[in-house]
Amino acid sequence: MILARVVGTVVATRKDPRLEGKKLLILKPISPDGKDEGGYVVSVDTVSAGVRERVIAVSGSSARMAEGCKDVPVDNAIIGIVDEISMD
Amino acid sequence: MTLGRVVGCVWSTVKHPGLHGLRLLFVQPLTPELAPTGRRIICTDCTGAGTGELVYWVGGKEASFPFLPAEPPVDRTIVGIVDSIHLRKAEPVETAPGPAAAPKRKGKKSC
Repeated sequence: MILARVVGTVVATRKDPRLEGKKLLILKPISPDGKDEGGYVVSVDTVSAGVRERVIAVSGSSARMAEGCKDVPVDNAIIGIVDEISMD
Repeated sequence: MTLGRVVGCVWSTVKHPGLHGLRLLFVQPLTPELAPTGRRIICTDCTGAGTGELVYWVGGKEASFPFLPAEPPVDRTIVGIVDSIHLRKAEPVETAPGPAAAPKRKGKKSC
């Protein structure tokens, strides 16, 4: 999983029917201290995350095991909202 | 599977129900020489690893196998704590001398 911040939303009308009703968010991967890291990813939201929240995103076929994503063509899903990070 | 060092942990309340009770740890991937490489990632843990420990983790769908029959949506799981590493330094590969000239065929070519 990666740590990321929600930076935007995606709206799509023409899409796979199995993606209907799924909220798509744009994530920016970040380091544990909050600094931006390279790249962006579009992710399906399964935990009602909002913009600017820090989230945990899972990628690959494991994303299909997220809530409501069984047999849905997704490869990235938000599966948790971060409360706190502790680094030693 | 990849080597890494546990460098922190993550708390989350709102999460997939399959993640309840699982520890989420920050792991810094390492080279075999234990030099950090790549971005830090979040792993679940099935070994009880703690901060500062050297571990190895598995990625992909297989990361959920330690929790069977449950199938939590995880893509990286720590599956072992490293006791020791024995690494043999790669020896310089000796380059073989160029191919010897093939002996010329004598006589007629047979069909």
